[in-house]
Amino acid sequence: MARTVLAQADIDRALTRISHEILESNRGPDDLVILGIPTRGVVLAQRIAASIRRIEPNGAAVAVGSLDVTMYRDDLSRTTTRTPSPTHVPGSIDGRTVVLVDDVLYSGRTIRAALDALGDHGRPKIVRLAVLVDRGHRELPIRADFVGKNLPSAATERINVHLAETDGDEFVSIETMSTDGGVGA
Amino acid sequence: MRHLLTTKGLDSDTAITLLDVAEDMADVADREIRKLPTLRGKTVVNLFFEDSTRTRISFEAAAKRLSADVINFSAKGSSVSKGESLKDTAQTLAAIGADGVVIRHPASGAPQVLADSGWIDAGIINAGDGTHEHPTQALLDAFTIRRRLHGKASRGKDLDGVTVTIVGDILHSRVARSNVWLLAGLGADVTLVAPPTLVPADTSGWPARVEFDLDAAVDTQPDVVMMLRIQAERMHGSFFPNSREYSRRWGLDDARFARLGTDSIVMHPGPMNRGLEISSMAADSQQSTVREQVANGVSVRMAALYLLLSGDREGTK
Amino acid sequence: MTTAQRPPTPSLPTRDLPTHTVPTNYLIGGAALPDGTRADILLADGRIDEIGTGISAAGATRIDADGLVALPGLVDLHTHLREPGYEQSETVLTGSQAAARGGFTSVFAMANTSPVQDTAGVVEQVLALGEAAGYVTVQPIGAVTVGLKGQSLAELGAMAASRARVRVFSDDGFCVSDPLLMRRALEYVKAFGGVVAQHAQEPRLTEGAQMNEGALSGELGLAGWPAVAEESIIARDVLLAEHVGSRLHICHVSTAGSVDVIRWAKARGIDVTAEVTPHHLLLTEDLIAGYDARYKVNPPLRRREDTEALRAGLADGTIDIVATDHAPHPVEAKDCEWDAAANGMVGLESALSVVHASVVANGLLDWADVARVLSQTPARIGRIEGQGHSLAAGAPAELTLYDPAVNRVFGTDDLSGKGVNSPYLGVTLPGRVVSTFHRGYPTVLNGQLQDASLIADAGRESPRG
Ligand SMILES: [Zn+2]
Repeated sequence: MARTVLAQADIDRALTRISHEILESNRGPDDLVILGIPTRGVVLAQRIAASIRRIEPNGAAVAVGSLDVTMYRDDLSRTTTRTPSPTHVPGSIDGRTVVLVDDVLYSGRTIRAALDALGDHGRPKIVRLAVLVDRGHRELPIRADFVGKNLPSAATERINVHLAETDGDEFVSIETMSTDGGVGA
Repeated sequence: MRHLLTTKGLDSDTAITLLDVAEDMADVADREIRKLPTLRGKTVVNLFFEDSTRTRISFEAAAKRLSADVINFSAKGSSVSKGESLKDTAQTLAAIGADGVVIRHPASGAPQVLADSGWIDAGIINAGDGTHEHPTQALLDAFTIRRRLHGKASRGKDLDGVTVTIVGDILHSRVARSNVWLLAGLGADVTLVAPPTLVPADTSGWPARVEFDLDAAVDTQPDVVMMLRIQAERMHGSFFPNSREYSRRWGLDDARFARLGTDSIVMHPGPMNRGLEISSMAADSQQSTVREQVANGVSVRMAALYLLLSGDREGTK
Repeated sequence: MTTAQRPPTPSLPTRDLPTHTVPTNYLIGGAALPDGTRADILLADGRIDEIGTGISAAGATRIDADGLVALPGLVDLHTHLREPGYEQSETVLTGSQAAARGGFTSVFAMANTSPVQDTAGVVEQVLALGEAAGYVTVQPIGAVTVGLKGQSLAELGAMAASRARVRVFSDDGFCVSDPLLMRRALEYVKAFGGVVAQHAQEPRLTEGAQMNEGALSGELGLAGWPAVAEESIIARDVLLAEHVGSRLHICHVSTAGSVDVIRWAKARGIDVTAEVTPHHLLLTEDLIAGYDARYKVNPPLRRREDTEALRAGLADGTIDIVATDHAPHPVEAKDCEWDAAANGMVGLESALSVVHASVVANGLLDWADVARVLSQTPARIGRIEGQGHSLAAGAPAELTLYDPAVNRVFGTDDLSGKGVNSPYLGVTLPGRVVSTFHRGYPTVLNGQLQDASLIADAGRESPRG
C-alpha cells in the first residue's frame, strides 16, 4: 500500500523554497553550479536552476549539469551491474559553489560517491547538498543543506519519487514492503 | 555480462550498452584526472600466450584507469613455455585471486574452454583466440565508426544501413569474424573481399556477402573500408602467388583510395604492412581512423572490464 | 593348434576345484537368437554344446536370458590398446576389460604402440599380454611401414609368420600416402592372405586440421579437415587394389563421398572392405561448438548428411563392418584447449549401445545384421580363427548377451578401461551388455566385469580357439 506524502503542488513549493534558500546562502546566483545526480536528481537540478533564473534578475549566471556517480560507488559487487549515465559538468568548477541535487537522501553513500566524483572534476570552493526527501538512516556523516521534506521512515518502507519528466506523473509516496523489502533510492 | 568471449551471439542491446559505457569512459579520458576508482581492489590478469604488445598495453591502460590491480602473465619466459597447461595456469590465477582474466591464445576456443572449465571463477575477456574471434577489436571498430558518423550524438545509436567492406585474409582473421557478427548485428551491411583462397570453405551462414574483386567493391563507395593485415606466413602457403600480386589485386593503393568517396572511413586494426595491404596515403589520410582506433580501444576495454567486473558475479548473466 | 586336436577339459564337478576356478558349463535359458528365435544355449568345454529349446543339463550353471539377445562374441577390427609404451592411457589388460564389458571377445590391436608393432617380437609380446589377460582374443595388427614413418616396408612376412599370425597391416594414425609404397604393400601381403587397412587421410590437405571443413570450422576458426582428403585416398587405393588384384580395407570411413567411392569400387568388383565407427554413425560436428575436446577425433565428426550416408552404406552392405577405433587418453590430453587436445575417444564399452541407437532403433539393421557387422565380417576380414562364428552347436563358445530393452544414462561406471574420454558420458543410450562369454567362461556376468585373476586362470585352463 502506497501513501502519497507530497503531491505535485507540494513538490513545486519545496523546490521554489530550496531555490530561495540556495540563493540566500550563496548571496545570489554568481558562481553557482547546480549538479544533479542521475536520474531524477538531474530533473530536480534543472527545475531548481530554472526557478533561480525566474527569481533573480541575473539568474542566467547559474550553471546546471549532471554528475554520474556509478563509477564511484562502493557497492558495485553487491548489486547487479548499473549502466552509467552521462556526466555533464558545465565548464570548470574550480573555486565555484557546487550544489549537488538528488531526489532521496538515505544512507549517504551516493553522496559520498558524488563527492569523490566531484573531486576528479576539479576543486570547488563550497559543495552543498539539496534533496527533495530526507528519509533518515544515514550510514555516513553526511547531511543535506536544503531539504524539501524530512520523511522519517522505517527501513522496511520504500520511498517512491515520480517526476513528470521521467515518470509521466508526479508525487512522492511511501510504501510498506513485504518482508525483506527493498530500499529507497 | 559474465564473460566476453565472442561477438557472435552478443545481442545488439548489450553491444550498444557497451558502446555507450565506452562513451562515458572516453569522456573520462578528456578530464584532467583520467582515473576512476571503480575497480579498486579488483585484480585483472593479462594472460598472453601470444605476443601482442599493442593489445596488452591497451587492456593494461584500461584496467589501470579503472583502478584495478593489473598482473601481466606472459607465456614468454614463464612456466607456460615450459609446457605448463592452460589448466594449471588457470588454477594458479584462481589461487592468486584474479577477478578478471584477459586471455590471448593461439588456439581458437581457448577462452571458451577457460570460461567453461570450472578451473577459475573469474570473468574472462577474449583478447584474441587463434583464428576465431577478437571481440574487443570489433567493439572498438564499431565504436570508431559510430563516433565518425554521429560524433557526440553517438549514444544509443546502432549502425543501421552503414556499408562496411572488410578486405584481406578472412580465413585466418579473428578480427574479421568478430566484426562480421557485431557490425551485422548492429545493422550494418557487410561485404568481405578476399582472394578465394583466403575465404573460409563455407560462409553461407555469415551475415555478409563475399566478393573477390576489390575494384568493384570500391566503386560501390562503401561508408567503411577495413583493411586486414596480411601475415608473413601466408606468403609461403600458396594462398596467393606473391606480395606484389596480392597488393595489386587486394591492396588499398593510392588509386583505389582516390576512388573512394571523401566521406569513406578507412580502418586497419594494426599493425599495418604499409605498401602491401594499405598505402601510406590511405593510412595517413584524414579518412583513416588508425590512431583513433587505438585510443578508442582503451575506452571500449574499460567498458568491457567495467561491465564484467562490477555487479554481483553470480546474479548477472 | 586347433581345438579339435585338444583333449576336452575334464568335466568340472568331478574335480576338486580350487575356489577361484570359474565353471565352464553354462546353460543360457531363453535367449533371443539374432534371427529372432528363442533358444536355450548350452556351453560346455569352450564350445556351444547344444542349442535349441527345452535343454536341460545337470551340473551346468543356469543363466536366465529371458528378454536378452544372444549375439556371437563381438570382434573389433580397430582398437588402440596402447601397450607397450603408453600404459598410462591403457594396457592390454585394461583394454581387454573394456572390450569384454562392451560384449567383445576379440580385438585387433593397432600398431601405433611404442615401440611400434612393426616386428615379430613386438606383435608376439602384445599377443602374449592378451593371452595372459584372458578377457578377449587380442590379435595384433602389424605396421605397414617401419616405425609408421611411411618410408619403407616393415617386416610384414616375419609378423605374418610369427606366433601372432598377423594378417591385418595398418599404419593407422597415419596414412600410407606414398602411392608406390601403398602399391607394394598391397601386393606383398597377398603372399600370406594379408590385408592393408588404410587410414585414409591425404596429409598435405590436412596439415594442422582440427575438425571437419565446412561452415562450422570457418565460424569456430578451427583448421578444416576436408572430406576430399579422405575420399581422394580411398579413390586412389581402390584403383591400386584393382590394378594389383589385392584386398584392401578402409578404416573409419567418415564421409558421404567415401561411401559413394566404395560403392562404386564394389560394383566394379574391387576387393575392398570398409569400416565405420559407432561415433561417426551417431555424432555430428555441431557438438564441437563449445570446443569440448572429448569430441576431438580423427577423422573428425562430420555433418548430419555424412552420418546418414554412413548409416545407409552400412545397411546396404557398402560398409562392411563397425569398428570402434577405441582410443583411450589420459585426462590431461583432453582437459585443455582444442588444438592441444589429443584425437580419439574410447568406444569399446559403448559400441553396441551406439550401434543400437544409430542403426537398430530406426530399423536399418536387425540383430542378424549386427552379428554380421560386429562379429562375423570383421573376423573374416581379419582372418582370425575361433571368432565370428554363427551361434550353432559346435561353434566356439564366444557370445554376448545383450538387453535391448533398457535405457541408461551412460557414465564412468560403464567404463572399464583406463580412458574416460567418452563422448557419451551423461547421454542416455539404449541397451546394456549383460554377459560376455569368451572360450566358454564369462568375462562379464550380469553386468559385472569378472575378476582379473579369475579370468587369467580361466584363460590358462581353457582351450584356445
Ligand atoms: Zn585411424
